[in-house]
Amino acid sequence: MIRTPLRPLAPVLDARARGENPDRIERENLRQRREDIRDRFRLRSEGRLLVLAGLFLCAFIVVGFRMGELAASEPREPSGRGGGAQIAQARADILDRRGRILATNMLTRALYAQPPLMVDKAQAARELARIFPDLDEEKLLAQFSGSRKFIWIKRKISPEQQQAVHDIGEPGLLFGPREMRLYPNGAIAAHVLGGARFGEQGVNAAEIVGVAGVEKFFDDRLRDPARASAPLVLSLDLTVQAAIEEVLAGGMEIMGAKGAAAILMDARTGEVISLASLPDFDPNARPRPQVTGSAADSPLFNRAVQGVYELGSVFKTFTAAQAMELGLLGPDSMVDTQGPLKWGRFTIKDFHDYGPELSLMDVIVKSSNIGAANVARMINADRQKEFMRRLGFFEPTPFEMPEARQARPLLPPRWSELSAMTISYGHGISVSPLHLAAAYAAMVNGGRQVTPTLVRQDVVEPGPQVIAPEVSRALRTMLRQVVVRGTASFGDVPGYDVGGKTGTADKPKENGGGYMEEVISTFASVFPAEDPAYVLTVTFDEPEILAAGEMRRTAGWTAVPVAAEIIRRVAPLLGLKPEIANQGQAGITLVSQ
Amino acid sequence: MRLLLYVLSAFSVIALAYWAYLENYKTQEVIGEVRALQRDIGQMHEELAVLRAEWAYLNRPDRLRQLVEMNFDRLGLLPLAPEQFARVDEVAYPGPAPTAGLALTDARDVRADVQGADQ
Repeated sequence: MIRTPLRPLAPVLDARARGENPDRIERENLRQRREDIRDRFRLRSEGRLLVLAGLFLCAFIVVGFRMGELAASEPREPSGRGGGAQIAQARADILDRRGRILATNMLTRALYAQPPLMVDKAQAARELARIFPDLDEEKLLAQFSGSRKFIWIKRKISPEQQQAVHDIGEPGLLFGPREMRLYPNGAIAAHVLGGARFGEQGVNAAEIVGVAGVEKFFDDRLRDPARASAPLVLSLDLTVQAAIEEVLAGGMEIMGAKGAAAILMDARTGEVISLASLPDFDPNARPRPQVTGSAADSPLFNRAVQGVYELGSVFKTFTAAQAMELGLLGPDSMVDTQGPLKWGRFTIKDFHDYGPELSLMDVIVKSSNIGAANVARMINADRQKEFMRRLGFFEPTPFEMPEARQARPLLPPRWSELSAMTISYGHGISVSPLHLAAAYAAMVNGGRQVTPTLVRQDVVEPGPQVIAPEVSRALRTMLRQVVVRGTASFGDVPGYDVGGKTGTADKPKENGGGYMEEVISTFASVFPAEDPAYVLTVTFDEPEILAAGEMRRTAGWTAVPVAAEIIRRVAPLLGLKPEIANQGQAGITLVSQ
Repeated sequence: MRLLLYVLSAFSVIALAYWAYLENYKTQEVIGEVRALQRDIGQMHEELAVLRAEWAYLNRPDRLRQLVEMNFDRLGLLPLAPEQFARVDEVAYPGPAPTAGLALTDARDVRADVQGADQ
């Protein structure tokens, strides 16, 4: 650095010449130099302060962010094992409406082999074949001797099997943890739950994917890691479901039926308390779909929501409801039942001859096809079509099962007067039993439409009004009379005021053209009839029973007694107290004592 | 004076470093403890899940039904039926306390023992 001299020669000489004191110049320069030095130091220390402030700022920012992070972060569920982070393992449990487990997860092990680590391949193959009888020793040995470095041997093994494999003492046989979907109740509610399988799988984890039923419908929600600890609560009741399946299976065996379905629904909320379809399967070992034959014969087929059937006379209730809703008829108005009724080359006949006319109530009670067809002619086809649309018979039910979304009702291509007449008694329109249960719920609960649901509801908005409350009341009386003195006389359960309507429909031939001798028999019932809490539909596919010296197929002999037994078993479980007939008398005795 | 300041600051740096070192180790120890606890909790969760699954499996309706049938002679359990409902006034008024009529076996008077001890 070049220092500027304190006494530069030229100015000093100039000053001397002018007779001034040259020391002043020196002092001036000295002052300037000091000021320069001071400025330099100030700048440097200011810079240092700035750097220091910056460092402090950084430190405070780091601390602040960390605090914010700690405050805002989700608490993490502690996990017993590391790894498997890429595959979300947790799958939420499924519970019934009272909190009993329908589906849960269990930790098992998967067995795999790493041949490069193996010591005695031949012995390992022999021992494995001994522990797992379904494995083939030769094949295993071939796999171990091949060029592969990693082989899956078993997807799920039990702790005993794991110990046995440990005892082989082979370092090349290793285990990976596996969550397994477990359905502890076996085949109960199998169709509702569906089943699950392994999806993408790694060494330390495997994804569980739902394949059918609610497992598939709610797959995203069940797999959502944020909601894994919140179980999915269904509207089903396990005890009721088990009782219904037991009774239904017994009934199916006695009748020699091909299949059976039952739906128990809360009449006001549309919650499905039980949904049974037989034959069923074990969701823990879900069978493969059949490749041959009709899909409807597979145990995987859900008759209650997947199958659409012509359900027969149960539809007469809707015909009567509409006639009363439109004000065309009252319960006591007379309807022409003179048969047979001819329409073109089509003839409508009754099971018995009911004489020239019956009241609307008796058309339902005695189940007269001719009467229903005549009522349908009064209503006319367009209005009937509109009414059926309002009851939800035009669309698949908005039910929480993928199978239900595919069950589209079969409707006549052209809604002619003849179609209207056959539909009035349930032929020419095919719907699922679930459609029927939802429509019956709307008929009897005071006329409010219900949406069938499988998820437990706390608050349910009442649906739109389909029929007037008075019409609903009149219908309930009619349905009760069907049981008291009509076609469903076996359906009476003392104390529960069962009301309902039978339906026996000839099955259409599979290749079209006419009907077979076998029938679908249905009983759609409500209980208690006075203030309906539940709707129960029972459907049998091809039932037959030898009763009173005759082969019987009608619903009154097949579906009705089974439904009555179901109500007898299930109503107490649902907490319904029977109406005690001699209530007043008992009270009097007590007072007189 | 200045030297004292230097020495003091040097010592404080050493002390602070030692403190930070100590805290660091304590923190790591606690982190390890938390990890172990979390592992334990996770294992407990798994065990709980297995126990819940086992509970559900042992209480499955099919098994209960079989047990009821097997033990029918002793327990005589039947499905719940509508006839089992009753109103409160239909229930008989409870009789005298059932313990009164029971014979006491192996009973002795405690008061006698206490008196004996006093003497």
